Amino acid sequence: MTRKDNNPIVSLLSRIVSPFIMLFALYVIFHGHYSPGGGFQGGTMLAAAVLLIRLAAGREISQLQFKKSWGTPVGSVGVFIYFFTGFLALLMGGNYLDYSFLPLGLEAPVTRGWGILSIEIGVGLAVMGILVAIYDDLLEGEPND
Amino acid sequence: MNLTNNSPVLIPLLFLSTGIMTPVLAMKKEWLARWIALGASAASVALSIFNLIRVINVGKPIHYKLGNWNPSLGIEYVLDHLSAFVILVINAIAFLVLIYAKKSIESELPGKEVPYYASVLLMLCGFNGMMITGDLFNLYVFLEICSLTLYGLIAVGEKKSSMAAFTYLIMGTIAGCFYLLGVGFLYIKTGSLNMADVRAILPFMLDQPAVVIGLCFMTLGLGIKMALFPLHGWLPDAYTYAPSVSSALIAPTGTKVASYVLIRIFYFVFGITFVSKTLPVADIISWLAVVGIIYGSIMAIAQKELKRMLAYSTVAQVGYIGLGIGLANPFGLIGAVLHILNHAVMKACLFLVSGNFRLKLGHSNIFKLDNTIRKKMPWTMAAFTIAALSMVGLPPMAGFFSKWYLALGTIEKGNWLFLAAILVSTLLNAVYFFRILEKVYMKPIDSQSSNTHEQGTYHDHSVKENEETVKRDEVSPSMLFPTLTLAAALVVLGILNAIIVDGVIKYIIPKGL
Repeated sequence: MTRKDNNPIVSLLSRIVSPFIMLFALYVIFHGHYSPGGGFQGGTMLAAAVLLIRLAAGREISQLQFKKSWGTPVGSVGVFIYFFTGFLALLMGGNYLDYSFLPLGLEAPVTRGWGILSIEIGVGLAVMGILVAIYDDLLEGEPND
Repeated sequence: MNLTNNSPVLIPLLFLSTGIMTPVLAMKKEWLARWIALGASAASVALSIFNLIRVINVGKPIHYKLGNWNPSLGIEYVLDHLSAFVILVINAIAFLVLIYAKKSIESELPGKEVPYYASVLLMLCGFNGMMITGDLFNLYVFLEICSLTLYGLIAVGEKKSSMAAFTYLIMGTIAGCFYLLGVGFLYIKTGSLNMADVRAILPFMLDQPAVVIGLCFMTLGLGIKMALFPLHGWLPDAYTYAPSVSSALIAPTGTKVASYVLIRIFYFVFGITFVSKTLPVADIISWLAVVGIIYGSIMAIAQKELKRMLAYSTVAQVGYIGLGIGLANPFGLIGAVLHILNHAVMKACLFLVSGNFRLKLGHSNIFKLDNTIRKKMPWTMAAFTIAALSMVGLPPMAGFFSKWYLALGTIEKGNWLFLAAILVSTLLNAVYFFRILEKVYMKPIDSQSSNTHEQGTYHDHSVKENEETVKRDEVSPSMLFPTLTLAAALVVLGILNAIIVDGVIKYIIPKGL
């Protein structure tokens, strides 16, 4: 957005639509291991919701929602959740990524389900953080709106 | 947690976790990045030694199932003599270069320490994963992880490095695509991505064109990655313009890992009769390698920039490894694997020396290196001399023995042209290293003025310098220690080569070779 004047329709509509995109993204992430979807798709949608606000409201205001400096850390933390879920299984005596060893106190198949969910959340955060970071990095050096 | 059972998976995991967490942990404290990298690297060396000892004790490959899924469904990591050995080599070199890195990065890349170290850790994660995995597609994933970080590590260098990195990006992506296509063809035919599985299924379908095409695509892709002769176009620019630490990290490791994968694919997936008897792929590789040896050596003589000379010399040295792989006999394979070790140590040492020059003299131009350096940087020059002698192949330096095994391999093969190429390239190596040694050591320092007139283009205040006025200006101990360790390692490895060959490399040779 290089123009100074913000279109009220655009900004209002994107503000209404963005939360719904996020909600649907969460649905996609949390149902990834039962139905089509998963961390990657959900993470992309989360990023789309953030980027919609970035595009509509301009870079300054959208910082209130998701700071520019958060992109890489959120991505890192996402990958770390994935890593740590697998590593926890390793620490509890199984092979790496053997979710049935996660210390949840449930039956093995159910534990596996929760383990996969934890991984999907990690993937979702990683994809979202990195996509927003890519967008912010591409805009670096552009004249501010 | 059972360390013994899980040891194969720990090294890639270690680098993965530290690599991704470095930007977060070191966000406020930038000095932390270096210590995370050093700690992870030191731990990886310890784990590699542990793995190697474990493999030697067990005596047969150790399989590790990720997520406890059986192979062909799940991903399998395989630790055998070959992978354990090469992993130890790569991690040890990386550790020494990381000790060295501090001053060099501070002066060449101020303010970029955190992302730089994070990329280095991710690159090592990719390398280790490529070497330990027993799954063809998993290998591709790790190949892409390390390639992407390699582009970044090269692109942060001096001005021309972005162009070099872009060329590498295009070439590397094409290489990745070729490899993936090859894996696709194999998967269509065999229905499995596990290397051992594919090895068991392939003998029944070796006459199928899809398998042949798969082999060709994979060889081509890996050939680009290891800079085999006509596919080496990206290498000289990338190694020349990258930061000194990147060159020292990538030059000894990157091409070696690709060579390792080529050995893995040829000998452990397709089987040596297929690549050497049914199809002449191994022969083609060895002929290209021989052309590359001569071409790389001649191009190295023509360079006036030290790093560029070393880059072309890498093309030649990768040729030795390719020659050993292509010979398809035990001596050739021993030579190739031993040369992976020797060349990694030699090249790391030489690139560290060029980094020392860049830090203290501000350049690494061969024509500007003069005889004052032997007083300014005596230890650096000593390391350079040892590494140069090893590159030429003088006993008892390590470089002699891998060439010796390769020469035995060519004799066993009965191809005298290859033997002649090895001998000629030794002489060419001597030419491009001794011209530097001659400039530095063979002239008394007060003959400086006549020396400069001969050089013609050389104008410098150092004309007035003589034996007394030249001050010692050696690099700091943190940089000198890795350089000298690598140089000393060349002598030690040369003397101990029989132990290495008998203890480890002998077991690498697959049955029926």
